[in-house]
Amino acid sequence: MVSVGDEVKVGTVIGEAAGFVSVPVHASISGKVTAVGRFPHPLGGEHQAIVIEGDGEDSWHESVVPRDNVDSLSPKEIKDIIRDAGIVGLGGAAFPTHVKLSPPDSKPIDTAILNGAECEPWLTADHRLMLERPAEVMRGFHLIMRALGCERGFVGIESNKPDAVEAMKAAVPAGSGVRVVMVQVKYPQGAEKQLIDSLIRRKVPAGGLPMDVGVVVQNVGTALAVYEACYKGIPLVRRVVTVTGNPVENPSNFSPRVGTMVGSLVEQAGGLSDEVSKVISGGPMMGIAQFTLDVPVIKGMSGVLFLGPGEVDTRPPDPCIRCGHCVHACPMKLLPTTIEKYVMVEAIDKAVKIGLNDCIECGACAYVCPSRRRLVHQFKYGKYLSAELRNKAAERSDKEKGN
Amino acid sequence: MSEHFIVSASPHLRQNTSIQKVMFGVVIALVPAVVGSVYFYGVRALLLILLSCLAALVTEGVIQKARGVPVTMGDGSALVTGILLSFNIPPGVPWWMPVVGSVFAKGVDVVTQATPLAVMRKVTEIIADPNSTTHQIVQAREVLADLGSSESIANLFMGQVGGCIGETSAILLLIGAAYLMFKHYIEWRIPSTYMATVAILTWVFGGPSGLFTGNALFHILAGGLILGAFYMATDMVTSPVSPKGMIIFGVGCGVLTSIIRLVGGYPEGVSYSILLMNVATPLIDRHTRPRKFGEVKKSG
Repeated sequence: MVSVGDEVKVGTVIGEAAGFVSVPVHASISGKVTAVGRFPHPLGGEHQAIVIEGDGEDSWHESVVPRDNVDSLSPKEIKDIIRDAGIVGLGGAAFPTHVKLSPPDSKPIDTAILNGAECEPWLTADHRLMLERPAEVMRGFHLIMRALGCERGFVGIESNKPDAVEAMKAAVPAGSGVRVVMVQVKYPQGAEKQLIDSLIRRKVPAGGLPMDVGVVVQNVGTALAVYEACYKGIPLVRRVVTVTGNPVENPSNFSPRVGTMVGSLVEQAGGLSDEVSKVISGGPMMGIAQFTLDVPVIKGMSGVLFLGPGEVDTRPPDPCIRCGHCVHACPMKLLPTTIEKYVMVEAIDKAVKIGLNDCIECGACAYVCPSRRRLVHQFKYGKYLSAELRNKAAERSDKEKGN
Repeated sequence: MSEHFIVSASPHLRQNTSIQKVMFGVVIALVPAVVGSVYFYGVRALLLILLSCLAALVTEGVIQKARGVPVTMGDGSALVTGILLSFNIPPGVPWWMPVVGSVFAKGVDVVTQATPLAVMRKVTEIIADPNSTTHQIVQAREVLADLGSSESIANLFMGQVGGCIGETSAILLLIGAAYLMFKHYIEWRIPSTYMATVAILTWVFGGPSGLFTGNALFHILAGGLILGAFYMATDMVTSPVSPKGMIIFGVGCGVLTSIIRLVGGYPEGVSYSILLMNVATPLIDRHTRPRKFGEVKKSG
């Protein structure tokens, strides 16, 4: 879309959507493109990236103009705005929001859920957002409900954030179908399927999606992005990121532009006081360990967590003693120990049969394991193998059809 | 600032727990009963317990060294083996018996990574005293003889009756068990269903004068039931992992113990019951996989 030397403004589209399940990328600052190439990415490895040298002007693209007809937008128009603004799920998975808001006609949605549970320890980005911008978040949520055509909405917030519950309750307009509900503090309460179960007692079928039970869940950060896009015409160029951990001098929440280097966020937080052993993009339970600070803030990055030397357990795992703690901990009611054993001998079909692909990788099993077994590690590997097997099988059947 | 960060898969936090912690938790839980055994049987009991522990420790160290695997003598599991094993022998046995038992038990344990605690118990009983069964029958008869009074139940509870070193005092074992449950080191399902099953079956079928006249309290407090239910049946390696499986395991142990006690040739059936259920564990596990979140029951 752009090449080296191009001038861009905030909001200039610099990367186009490659298909339905994809969104465009916008320049988050104004300036000049200095490089297009492959750079380290928080999800691991290197990815295509565009480097923009800022001009300090922060001049915005002419397409960024407030809308005054928001109340008359049709569901289709709302979804188009959301897609063109490059909005993805800001809870961490970064799944394109317009796709989630476009379920097939066979799956009518009767309930929208706004996820303010924020169950990962350390992270407070969503909490701050609900405290500081409850009205905007709530308006964004109403737009989401309108796009879905549903009347009923729930806001789920863990009970350790009573101030956020108060703030959000106060932001609910009179006569709306939205209820703010305090949910139990319980990891992983913020996982979609668990939150739906807690709020309206519907269980998403194994292997299914929330829309199978007539529900769509959106994160509070996403709701704010929807508000900004629809009311102000601002594409997704910034998000809230928690920078925290004991080695961080002044742990804080920032609202950086997407593409800001993690290293400069750390400087903003006063730098690092202690030695750092581990840097995590996301929370401590599901986040991804980083090998360098030279990675950009991406749309799905909810936080950067730093752990000191004493906080990282590097002891090797002990043999499984079959204590069953993982079985009791698993929110998906799986048998982590058994699945692990199958994956370790690469009996993937057996592992899948007892629920490998139902695992949400919340890490609860590995957290409680007295033998420190690398359960999630094995499940991720197993899922990778299982996807590979599926692809091979698909290829084979394609070939057979071709013959 | 170091540029060498540790990279590993999530989660990046772990509960502050380890096998070592669990094992030393069990050791702590057994302390009241150890003290009790010394009170009831004198220094000789302590000597047997210590010998048994020492033998287990040395066996573990020697075998691990010989096999070139990491030596884990410090993790407390040998102490648990040693104490529990010595708890299962009468105080009058010669000193070398717990040593032989410990060496055998720990040897199998280290090589296979698992020994049902009940195996140790049975093996030691057999090694320790070929005549142990007659010995036990005599002992059981004596206890039964003065069952008429509520005093004897109280004595069983406190430990004022003869028996093996560790299974004498119900109250001291229960104190330890309460600690283990409080710390979540053992699971409540197995011991509670085990004891409840024994209580119900012995009450219904165990009476001398027809149904519903059995003395359930006596059966719970006598012999090694409490020791077995809380400290052996709950052995993690050889019991089921799923909640439903644990209940089946506990009930199964209870049924077998009741059958052996009421109609079998032995006065005591705890060890054999647990052993048999240990063997059934893989089968139980296979058929008690919990229903996945959102898994629909297959119709028809």
